[in-house]
Amino acid sequence: MSSDRLAVRKTYKLYVNGAFPRSESGRTYEVTDPRGHFLANAAWASRKDARDAVVAARGAFGKWSGMTAYNRGQVLYRVAEVMEGRHAQFCDEVATGEGLSGSKARAAVDAAIDRWVWYAGWTDKLAAVLGGANPVAGPYFDFSMPEPTGVVAVLAPQESSLLGLVSVLAPVLATGNTGVVVTSKDRPLPAVTLGEVLATSDVPGGVVNLLTGDAAELGTWLAEHADVDAIDLTGAPAGRAMEFEREAAGTVKRVVRPPATEPDWTADPGLSRMTPFLETKTVWHPMGV
Amino acid sequence: MTHVLDPDALSDDARLTAPPLPPFSDITRSDASLRAFLHGLPGVDQVGAEARVAVLGTRSIKTTAKAWAIDTAISMVDLTTLEGSDTPGKVRSLAAKAKRPDPGDPTCPPVAAVCVYGDLAGVAREALAGTGLHVAAVATAFPSGRASREVKIADVKDAVANGADEIDMVIDRGAFLTGRYLDVYDEIVAVKEACGSAHLKVILETGELVTLDNVRRASWLAMLAGGDFIKTSTGKISPAATLPVCLVMLEAVRDFRAATGRQVGVKPAGGIRTTKDAMKHLVLVNETAGPDWLSPDWFRLGASSLLNDLLLQRQKLRTGHYSGPDYVTVD
Repeated sequence: MSSDRLAVRKTYKLYVNGAFPRSESGRTYEVTDPRGHFLANAAWASRKDARDAVVAARGAFGKWSGMTAYNRGQVLYRVAEVMEGRHAQFCDEVATGEGLSGSKARAAVDAAIDRWVWYAGWTDKLAAVLGGANPVAGPYFDFSMPEPTGVVAVLAPQESSLLGLVSVLAPVLATGNTGVVVTSKDRPLPAVTLGEVLATSDVPGGVVNLLTGDAAELGTWLAEHADVDAIDLTGAPAGRAMEFEREAAGTVKRVVRPPATEPDWTADPGLSRMTPFLETKTVWHPMGV
Repeated sequence: MTHVLDPDALSDDARLTAPPLPPFSDITRSDASLRAFLHGLPGVDQVGAEARVAVLGTRSIKTTAKAWAIDTAISMVDLTTLEGSDTPGKVRSLAAKAKRPDPGDPTCPPVAAVCVYGDLAGVAREALAGTGLHVAAVATAFPSGRASREVKIADVKDAVANGADEIDMVIDRGAFLTGRYLDVYDEIVAVKEACGSAHLKVILETGELVTLDNVRRASWLAMLAGGDFIKTSTGKISPAATLPVCLVMLEAVRDFRAATGRQVGVKPAGGIRTTKDAMKHLVLVNETAGPDWLSPDWFRLGASSLLNDLLLQRQKLRTGHYSGPDYVTVD
């Protein structure tokens, strides 16, 4: 293989409703490494792509949330398997995109896959941990159980392009929600590959929708959108999070506020990223004669 | 004069039904002369029709023009429920929605009519009393049209007696496709007579007519026989209302008015689900038949799910943010 082979330059597309459409706007932008070298072209999602993604996520919600928790866990575990098969590609993209050394990139990808498996394991344990029988003073069997809130918009972290993305996306899926994710603007390539992974695993189309583009542009539309039930502002641009939260209040969305600086994603997240996207349903069931 | 040489031609006294408007009074003297007329209509260039609607479909309609188009489309909707499982309760809730499509917004116009099966026309009439909204009923053994003439006439009379002021009839596609045009003509005339003062919409069921040439012929046949509206489809088979079909029908009503002075309405029905589809139809009406047809008196959209999409788009324009299916009624 000689080095004079013509490079195959890639132009990636969005991942919406299980398909890979171009942006409705026709826009693309160049993705570069931290030193400014060209890596690929990515689609630059517009507000109409966000709208279509929400429609897709809403359409997929019934099936995804209706699956048994065990089955959902199996599907998510299968995603981790396919990610493992793409391990080298992820390492390459994380290393070039984030400017990490090979070993650090490998550690990040390993942690991301492990995180995905960890969340896959949580699907059928949440009800036991967060729900349960309530002691009530009356002839009722009273119990509470967590249910998914619906369509969750996620502004993914801008710095950590794979581990950060998995850390915000997997909890949305594990709890039975469907997601519309705006990826890191400058480092979208691991997210694009994750879209290819999701498309070739058992996740139904529309459960995850990945929009490469600008969170500052799309955040408003998702925060105001009446058919979005919750929004995770982790990747919101500095200074805009308050504005997005105010817009989200118009339709009383669940909001996850962004941390002041991007956290250490390797830390154990606990349940902190799952409980915001769950609603508690309590049933009073008459007992006795 | 071809009909003089036509051995099957009936004398004026022997004709069972009224002849069409001049200058076409002679063409229903016999099957042969009617066929000669219908087959003498200019052929439709299918590729040309598809290209024409594709071009018109690219029109970009935004802001105030879009707001006007959405309100106009809402006022043209024939809100339809034609299921075996329809109940009086469902018809009443549909009528409530017809009167106030968006209960949260009093500026939203009502729809044109509620379209139901004949036996539920009375329920719809009662629910819409005093509103000026029309009650349309499908009749004549809808959707197949496979029943004897007597049964069909009785069906129409029953629907009118129940309070329908618009009757949607289906043509006998079997007779049409075998070339018995005079049978189809006579049946439409007879149904029109049974309608009395009710408006008659003639459903061509274009999905079964196979070619656009047939659509043009059926359109002319329905107009000659006195239909007040020509309607594409029952909504029970696919393809239903497509833009090329609608184009051909709009050309037919335009040409018919130019020839006879009588204006006939058009109603595409079935398969129109999005605001974008509805706006493409409005553009087509304006560019083909002309602005005279841009009114609920002359153009209707037969639909059920379309209305919710129109309302969502209307809310988006009003509030500036995207709405969701939780904010319109489920039907």
